Amino acid sequence: MTGRGARTIRVDTLARVEGEGALYIKLVGERVADVKLKIYEPPRFFEAFLRGRHFSEAPDITARICGICPIAYQMSAAHAMERALGLKIDPAVRLLRRLFYCGEWIESHTLHVYMLHAPDFLGYQDAIAMARDHRAVVEKALRLKKIGNRIVQLLGGREIHPISAAVGGFYKTPTKQQLRDLVNDLEWALEASLETVRWTAGLQFPNFEQDYEFVALRHADEYPFNEGRLVSNRGLDIDAAEYEDHFVELQVKHSNALHSVVRGRGSYLVGPLARFNLNFDKLPEVARKAALEAGLRPPVKNIFRSIVVRAVELVFACAEGLRAVHDYEPPAAPRVEAPNQIGVGQAITEAPRGILYHRYALDENGLIVAAKIVPPTSQNQKRIEDDLREYAAQLAAWPIEEATLKCEQAVRSYDPCISCATHFLKVEVERVKTKD
Amino acid sequence: MSSKSKHKPRIGVFKFASCDGCQLSLLDAEDELLGIAGAVEIAYFPEATRAMSKGPYDIGLVEGSITSYQDAQRIQEVRRQCRTLITIGACATAGGIQALRNWKDVDEFIRVVYASPQFISTLKLSTPIAEHVPVDFELRGCPINKYQFIELITATLAGRKPNVPSYSVCIECKRKANVCIAVVRGVPCLGPVTQAGCGALCPSYDRGCYGCYGPMETPNTAALTSQFRILGQADSQVARAFRGFNAWAWQFRKASEECERT
Repeated sequence: MTGRGARTIRVDTLARVEGEGALYIKLVGERVADVKLKIYEPPRFFEAFLRGRHFSEAPDITARICGICPIAYQMSAAHAMERALGLKIDPAVRLLRRLFYCGEWIESHTLHVYMLHAPDFLGYQDAIAMARDHRAVVEKALRLKKIGNRIVQLLGGREIHPISAAVGGFYKTPTKQQLRDLVNDLEWALEASLETVRWTAGLQFPNFEQDYEFVALRHADEYPFNEGRLVSNRGLDIDAAEYEDHFVELQVKHSNALHSVVRGRGSYLVGPLARFNLNFDKLPEVARKAALEAGLRPPVKNIFRSIVVRAVELVFACAEGLRAVHDYEPPAAPRVEAPNQIGVGQAITEAPRGILYHRYALDENGLIVAAKIVPPTSQNQKRIEDDLREYAAQLAAWPIEEATLKCEQAVRSYDPCISCATHFLKVEVERVKTKD
Repeated sequence: MSSKSKHKPRIGVFKFASCDGCQLSLLDAEDELLGIAGAVEIAYFPEATRAMSKGPYDIGLVEGSITSYQDAQRIQEVRRQCRTLITIGACATAGGIQALRNWKDVDEFIRVVYASPQFISTLKLSTPIAEHVPVDFELRGCPINKYQFIELITATLAGRKPNVPSYSVCIECKRKANVCIAVVRGVPCLGPVTQAGCGALCPSYDRGCYGCYGPMETPNTAALTSQFRILGQADSQVARAFRGFNAWAWQFRKASEECERT
């Protein structure tokens, strides 16, 4: 659509994302002149004030970066510290950490699929409005979410900022019977997740495929949570310790979050789509089958289909949770204690939104002298802008309101967590018409 | 909006510097969420809905601390728009963990995190909402307790005082019949000076309380400091213990600064 004069589309606040940001798109005729994902959430300087704190405090402090995925922070922090200190954790602790992460994935993915993202597909402003017409769907979602939270609460004491995760293990580990009590809930959750895959697969998806560099952890035997090599579909295959050799963070004027790029290549994508495409063979049979029946075959290159992939990951998390519950034998001690010592340690774990990198350097008193944290959303930030540059061009002829909603939907496909990345999203589309 | 007509109370949820966890507590009230949503009009809650109605609001819930000039301006406008203003969580009620900057050179902090410091605009202090505008009720916690939150909303709608105790974590521990980990096992614990609300979680998980709910009504921080020293804690460790998620609450602030002076 071309014509005279300039049109500006503005949505002052893009909703249903975590944290505060804005999106600005400038269209000149059919051409996208500028895309900025502006993160105006004020910076909180975690990396600076972690200096001088004891290594044992890092899981508690970094959890406060994000109320949606505190466990991811606790896991990356604990693993990085364990590496710095040369600690080996008990296999039972490792299994409990996987279960802990299953709980967070179930809670976070359910929140996103049903309450933050589905309303876009069905034409509602929010899940509450959606509940008026789809009460049973929303009630099921709330029950599923609650089961995720129940797991987190059991292992961590509470849903948000759990208190039991520690460097070396947990402060307290559950009894076998306590985990057994989760079985009925997890079995129900597995069925509900399979229904979620079928339900999301029936939504309408815009036709939008991109050539992404997918980056995720990959482990020899399992779908990744806490360990593995960092790999991509373009040949990347590195250890966490090499992360900073291959990825670089750039500061851009319009954002309080740093943009991360693959050195020499540019933007990349982390999160459910990347994990699924790179680890399809590691999904349990039930999740793989559900994915194929939903028409998902790797590589999935349509970001809007992330909602279905998240549902497949829900199936995985429930199945994995059940496995953990069955296999669990309490460890001899809840955690291994470490003496203070000098060291440097890095770790990458899979937060619900994608890889989360932590690095710490410790002094002889076990105090942090340097910290670096790269959250998933700052890694996806540039990729979101790249997507919108392509996608907005397709929408250039659309009425402003619809185009804006579609752009918001694209951004929400990433489940951005801006509290993490500095930590709300405002969409602003400016259209400058060209003369014919 | 006529005050005579029977309208549903309009609620706005506003975020400042924070982790989103306290407002998420509302969405985490899975059993109560649809009930609450039926009893009120959620007029502004960007984390949950695209529908954003203008004020005024009957109840404003504010999460997060003030760390930027723009936010210091914005809270004034939020206060003008809200009949009752309630702050939720340690960031809004005490400045949060980001208040650790208050003892440091924030410009140096910016240089640690950002390569081009000139693009970053921030205040030297992270401060609670009540330092900027009058606040009707402060709900403590990092994060808040969702049952206290529901009680607070229910009480506010009913026009009564919420039942949120200001005694210490020790009371909760006794009620749960926990054995005192500080006395029996010598674990440093902030329970005696910390307000209840979490259900004495940490001591129930074999660790010392680390102060998520901030100072209780009459905290004897000096006595606790002495006890920490008896347990073998260096002053730097005691200072760190007080300097957590409620570091800028004046009682904890004073206690940590006294440790630094000795």
